[in-house]
Amino acid sequence: MEPQSCVNIHKEWDIVGARQLGREMAKNLGFGTVDQARIATAVSELARNIYLYAEQGQVCFEIIDSIERRGLCMMAIDSGPGIADIGQVMQDGFTTSGGLGAGLPGVKRLMDEFDIRSEVGEGTKIIATKWIR
Amino acid sequence: MEFKRLLIENSDSIVQKWMEEIESLKDSNYTATISDELYESTNREFVNVIFTSIRNEGSTKAVEDFSEKIINLGWPLSYITDGLQIFRRVSTEYLITQSEVVDSNFFTELSSSVNEWVEPLIRELVNEYSGSWEHIVSLQRVALQELSAPLIPVMEGITIMPLIGTIDTERAKLIMENLLEGAIKHNSEVVLIDITGVPVVDTMVAHHIIQAAEAVRLIGSTCILVGIRPEIAQTIVNLGIDLSNFPTKSSLKKGFSTALAITGRHVTDLNVKENNIEKMMDSLRGE
Repeated sequence: MEPQSCVNIHKEWDIVGARQLGREMAKNLGFGTVDQARIATAVSELARNIYLYAEQGQVCFEIIDSIERRGLCMMAIDSGPGIADIGQVMQDGFTTSGGLGAGLPGVKRLMDEFDIRSEVGEGTKIIATKWIR
Repeated sequence: MEFKRLLIENSDSIVQKWMEEIESLKDSNYTATISDELYESTNREFVNVIFTSIRNEGSTKAVEDFSEKIINLGWPLSYITDGLQIFRRVSTEYLITQSEVVDSNFFTELSSSVNEWVEPLIRELVNEYSGSWEHIVSLQRVALQELSAPLIPVMEGITIMPLIGTIDTERAKLIMENLLEGAIKHNSEVVLIDITGVPVVDTMVAHHIIQAAEAVRLIGSTCILVGIRPEIAQTIVNLGIDLSNFPTKSSLKKGFSTALAITGRHVTDLNVKENNIEKMMDSLRGE
């Protein structure tokens, strides 16, 4: 496995940095333009969630390169307030910030694999992977 | 006082040593694009500024002029800090070799007077340098803001807002304000928002665009979203964003035709008509 590269999210412009890194890695891995846009959008959503709700955290990328398949794995980690009801946030249209409420369920649809873990008061960790077809 | 006199009297050898040291830094630290003559003359000016400042106990004008010169040349801040650190080291070493008695008392006095020479210089040069950078950054921010939400009234009743680059919350606010203000000012019936140059449309960007379009609808105009690239269309569908409430088009060209249709106009090709007339004339002549 290749070493991870991480982007710290502190301010709104860090979202752009994370997104650019994600897109660049996806491009180098050989993803098509549509998948590049999907990955960039997913990074944008996850990084924005960190910025909006946890104020600070990290978005990390890992290239998965095994014999069977290749892909890009991203991790969004924060130690923010956490999510009490994960089932609720995975529903379309649920929002606490007046947004569209399509972020997390949207990321799940944009990526191939999606895993969310959260403890109230501890933080949230989201891992999402996109495979090269 | 004693050290200062000694330093100034022996300035030649200190300058020489300093020049040698900073010369050796050039290859490792700074870009090779700086010509040797320029590098040497700037070094000479730098060391003169240092000595002037020590002699006069602070010479603001010379320091100011020098830092401005470094900024204009585009040299890194590390050139200034390296130069002053070398000066601190070279002068301390030199004064130690010149002294007969070297005890702890001597060291305390020496270091305090060297600090007295170098520290105000570091402060002033670094402040000048970083202040100038901050000024440039703030100017660029203003320039960016001026570019961030342009509104073009292309013809009576039709206005276009081309968006290029990342949309953050601050910019989204500007877009909304300019869009509404412009739509009223230019009396626009149709407003086209072109997102060809927006790299990523996530839920936040979509949300702001939907709000802007809704606000435009409230003031009685129609908002058409144009420039939706195929990959953006797919991500919007994946995200589950509902854009069915206002018209969208793939390109500005198509959006503009729709805008013309809404305002009761259409494009006619004048040359085609002329050709048709010529054909008719030809066929008449042929008969």
